[in-house]
Amino acid sequence: MGEKKLLRGSHIIAEAAVRAGCRFYFGYPITPQNELTEYMSGALASVPGGVFIQSESELAAINMVIGVSMTGKRVMTSSSSPGISLKQEGISYLAGQELPAVIVNTMRGGPGLGNIAPSQGDYFQATRGGGHGDYRTIVLAPGSGQELADFTRLAFDYADKYRIPVMILGDGMMGQMMEPVEFPDPIDLDSLPHKSWVLDGAKGRESRIIKSLILDTAAMEEHNWKLYRKHEIIEREITHVETFMIEDAYMAIVAYGTASRIAKGAVKKVREMGLKVGLIMPKTLWPFPKKFFLEAGSFITDFLVFEMSTGQMVEDVELALRGRRRVHFYGRPGGVVPTPEEIAKAVTTIYYREQIDRRD
Amino acid sequence: MADKLTKASIRINTELCKGCYLCKATCPENLIFVSGKLNSKGYYPANYSEEELDIEKHACKGCALCAIVCPDLAIEVYRG
Amino acid sequence: MKKVFGRPKSMKAAEFHYCPGCGHSIIHRLIAEVIDELGIQEKIIGVPPAGCAVLAYNYFDVDMGEAPHGRGAAVATGIKRSLPDRIVFSYQGDGDIAAIGTAETIHAANRGELITTIFVNNGVYGMTGGQMAPTTLVGQDSTTTPGGRRLERDGFPIDLSEMLAIAHGSVYIERTSVHSPKHIIHTKKAIKKAFKTQIEGLGFSLVEILSPCPTNWKMSPIKANEFINSTIIKNFPLKVIKDEVGKL
Repeated sequence: MGEKKLLRGSHIIAEAAVRAGCRFYFGYPITPQNELTEYMSGALASVPGGVFIQSESELAAINMVIGVSMTGKRVMTSSSSPGISLKQEGISYLAGQELPAVIVNTMRGGPGLGNIAPSQGDYFQATRGGGHGDYRTIVLAPGSGQELADFTRLAFDYADKYRIPVMILGDGMMGQMMEPVEFPDPIDLDSLPHKSWVLDGAKGRESRIIKSLILDTAAMEEHNWKLYRKHEIIEREITHVETFMIEDAYMAIVAYGTASRIAKGAVKKVREMGLKVGLIMPKTLWPFPKKFFLEAGSFITDFLVFEMSTGQMVEDVELALRGRRRVHFYGRPGGVVPTPEEIAKAVTTIYYREQIDRRD
Repeated sequence: MADKLTKASIRINTELCKGCYLCKATCPENLIFVSGKLNSKGYYPANYSEEELDIEKHACKGCALCAIVCPDLAIEVYRG
Repeated sequence: MKKVFGRPKSMKAAEFHYCPGCGHSIIHRLIAEVIDELGIQEKIIGVPPAGCAVLAYNYFDVDMGEAPHGRGAAVATGIKRSLPDRIVFSYQGDGDIAAIGTAETIHAANRGELITTIFVNNGVYGMTGGQMAPTTLVGQDSTTTPGGRRLERDGFPIDLSEMLAIAHGSVYIERTSVHSPKHIIHTKKAIKKAFKTQIEGLGFSLVEILSPCPTNWKMSPIKANEFINSTIIKNFPLKVIKDEVGKL
């Protein structure tokens, strides 16, 4: 049976990773996610085969991840925005070499050094591949302590299943909040599916190469299409989206992560005023739940995208709706965390201005 | 006849040769020469042929220095 | 007659893509011979670099995993920490190890990672067309040091191996060369010792190998080897830089 624990967000991810069979962690200090690294240093010291290295840089960390991933073991690194930028070189290689890995980004204000407050400014970087080349990474956006635990387990499963890097996208608020979580039992490492492609010394078999260099243009093109077909399969198979009170809604807030928690409070408030407003919370940012939005657009006329940025996911919502519905935006970048009241006010303004419930 | 007199020999795969001639410069017996025939890579390869040598005076001792310096693994060495 | 010299078992039957007189393929062969002699073909994993030797995986008949430019020591660290009973080596050029990958290399050495690094020093960025490397000699021409490397503009060539010898976790570091048969034979001994250092679990080991790049030095292969002998070894002396193998 599972186990119930009260932990902060960063520790939830770390605990869930160890329970998911992650025995290798490499990281470099950066605020606001040091608690994750610190937890892993202790947790991996107390499980058999656990390896923790505080690396000399983010680059070193992600490349140690590459090394472990080549041997087929479950491996994780974590950082915050500036450190994730450094890791992008390695993430691109992971994608090109089709290696599984889990990367946690506890987003902070940017660009540049920015600040250490909760932000959602790395959406484009996360969902468009992030590094150089033609690829995507799976991006999970948990919105609660329980989802941090559940999605961390899922992240490792998806990474292995599709041989792709998976990013868990959170922020400092998600990382610090204390919530009770029901953890699943630790997995039995021997129960994990066999990987036929690993490097472990060519004993009794042909030697193997794991690489991303493909000089022949026709072969490189085929590799790109192969990744594309894989991305298509992922888009079909793993889109996650959660909703709150959209059944009778004319208008919906769209938000992920910390923003979705604030938005939920706003929806409760405007519902008390009788406004028919719901909430859509994408949980996979890539693949983005496009199909869901098309269906929701059959009855919701107005979408208010709320992000702690100047507007990034809003583009995906617009793309998903293909111009069929009105898409509004409300953003607070720079680490500012607005209150539910502020979002409720933004909702109300649009609701009355557009005379949303008088149309049809 | 040559086989009986020679205690060692080398075989140069002229198709692997890129004409650096490090082997020719290294051979203590001066037994390696530059072929007059281009190989398919477009190099005049180093070559070794007992037919063209005065085996009585110059014989391959199988020292393998030519093979050791060959960057292209084009030379095999045999000893009797 | 019996074949006494030929292609090592740990090498694939592939033709090298390297230029005439290049030292890389000699060094590949030496590594493969050592792998054969130590009987570790089935338990060794190699990490090739970016640069001319990026295609090393086409020649070694062992498991190979490509590292991004300069990150060989970090990738090798990951592999070795995951599989402590395997033998792991990184193969890196001077630009790879002594410029872009300096941090990863020094820290891997200082942690005493049980990996072996083969550091090929030919004083030039070969693959990209002959630019100045961290090890290009003062006065030596390159496409980015026309008229020769100048101290006041380009600084000194870097003695990375000496720097690595200071690192507490390094155990065996030697600089050798492949410009003559004698030096090639000795280089093989050094590579063997480096691998044995790892197998015995003693610490980080590295062999820096001075290697000719006739194409980018714009010399014949014979002249290139003479240049190593007359000039390069004066700047990069051939020696055992650190050897604590017997002390451990």
